[in-house]
Amino acid sequence: MAASIINSYSDPSSTEWMNAPHSTGTSIMACEFNGGVVIGADSRTTTGVYIANRVTDKLTKITDNIYCCRSGSAADTQAIADIVTYHLNFHKMELGEEPLVQTAASIFRELCYNYRDSLMAGILVAGWDKRLGGQIYSIPIGGMVSRQAVSIGGSGSSYVYGYVDANFKPNMSKEDAVKFVTNTLTLAMLRDGSSGGVVRLGVITEAGVERSVILGDQLPKFYEG
Amino acid sequence: MSSIGTGYDLSASQFSPDGRVFQVEYAAKAVENSGTVIGLRGKDGVVFAVEKLVTSKLYEPGANKRIFHVDEHVGMAVAGLISDARQIVETARSEASNYRSQYGIPVPLKYLNERVSMYMHAYTLYSAVRPYGCSVVMGTWSEYDGPQMYMLDPSGVSFSYFGCAVGKAKQAAKTEIEKLKLADMSVKDLVKEAARIIYLVHDELKDKQFELELSWVCAASRGRHEAVSRAVAAEAEGLARQALADIEDSDEGDM
Repeated sequence: MAASIINSYSDPSSTEWMNAPHSTGTSIMACEFNGGVVIGADSRTTTGVYIANRVTDKLTKITDNIYCCRSGSAADTQAIADIVTYHLNFHKMELGEEPLVQTAASIFRELCYNYRDSLMAGILVAGWDKRLGGQIYSIPIGGMVSRQAVSIGGSGSSYVYGYVDANFKPNMSKEDAVKFVTNTLTLAMLRDGSSGGVVRLGVITEAGVERSVILGDQLPKFYEG
Repeated sequence: MSSIGTGYDLSASQFSPDGRVFQVEYAAKAVENSGTVIGLRGKDGVVFAVEKLVTSKLYEPGANKRIFHVDEHVGMAVAGLISDARQIVETARSEASNYRSQYGIPVPLKYLNERVSMYMHAYTLYSAVRPYGCSVVMGTWSEYDGPQMYMLDPSGVSFSYFGCAVGKAKQAAKTEIEKLKLADMSVKDLVKEAARIIYLVHDELKDKQFELELSWVCAASRGRHEAVSRAVAAEAEGLARQALADIEDSDEGDM
């Protein structure tokens, strides 16, 4: 396995990239702050070593106040997000009110757990509801759910656990949280070969979602030894 | 089938010429023969009280209960045919359980009520089945939504109530309930009122024996539906007997 990967990298005529699945080899993050949650993601989608899309949007809308950050197989996570969106919209009509973030996480869990043998999906469900305010639920491969105040995911996340542990504070201001997410994702993108491009952000509060993007040349600068 | 309006009561799938479904009305009659059930919704919870008629001295005390747990947070008191009612309880339980496993949170009563109502209504549509011969009252309390209570009819109609009564003495019970300031009362007081009303409307001449069933779901029970504790129930029952005795005394005084 390792040998075949090395061969495919060194041999430019290799067709590995033609058969490899699209994966969001990724850096994603979500962070609670005093009025909601900030979500963020890099924008690189790879097919083996080939960058299939350098401006991907991995922050996917589920309802007006609930988003998910996708990592793993692009096809799997897009399909799951579509199914959950359908279920939640139906549920919203039945209840006559906005669904809870926990409900959304539970439907993601149901799919990710039941089809755990055939899916490759690591998802962060983040949003705001009137019961518990801003919330983040992490659903890694396998279909576990856990609520977290801050959560990171994707291949890039392994490089920045220490940074997150050292810099996260509960009840940050919105500005601090946005800065924190931007810095974390930038650091992850710099170290992780399968993450990169721009940083996409979303701030979810009672009022809804504010989306923004930080282009590659606007990213904060760090030591690059 | 000699005159107009006859022969239309054999099936729930056929209207009478004046637009009624007789089988559904007969089901409502079955409920009217049942012991009285009341539900009271106060400021901090819902209280159920049931006049369970005991038809034989050979039954153990507490047999054939008419108040059920549907889920941890939902209670159901039933009037009418007990075997039909048990089937409704079963349906409600599986709805509540499915909701919990799918969505990871307790079922909202509004949603549960809609599902159970639709189920009961389906039994008023087909010739191969008869409608359920029971009415049920469901209640819950949660920190966020406060108290909620619904009553469902055999027709599949349901409403949300502050106070409701069904069964033999529903008229008398409703008159008593209307005198209460339900929205300002706590479950502690409502339990006493509920016991008093059941004792008051019980017809000693027609139905000799009865057991009082009391349950609540409230802030004090942390949103769980549970039987009212023996001490509290005994106190409420004592006061109810006392109130009844006082009325009888004053009646004698008038003569």
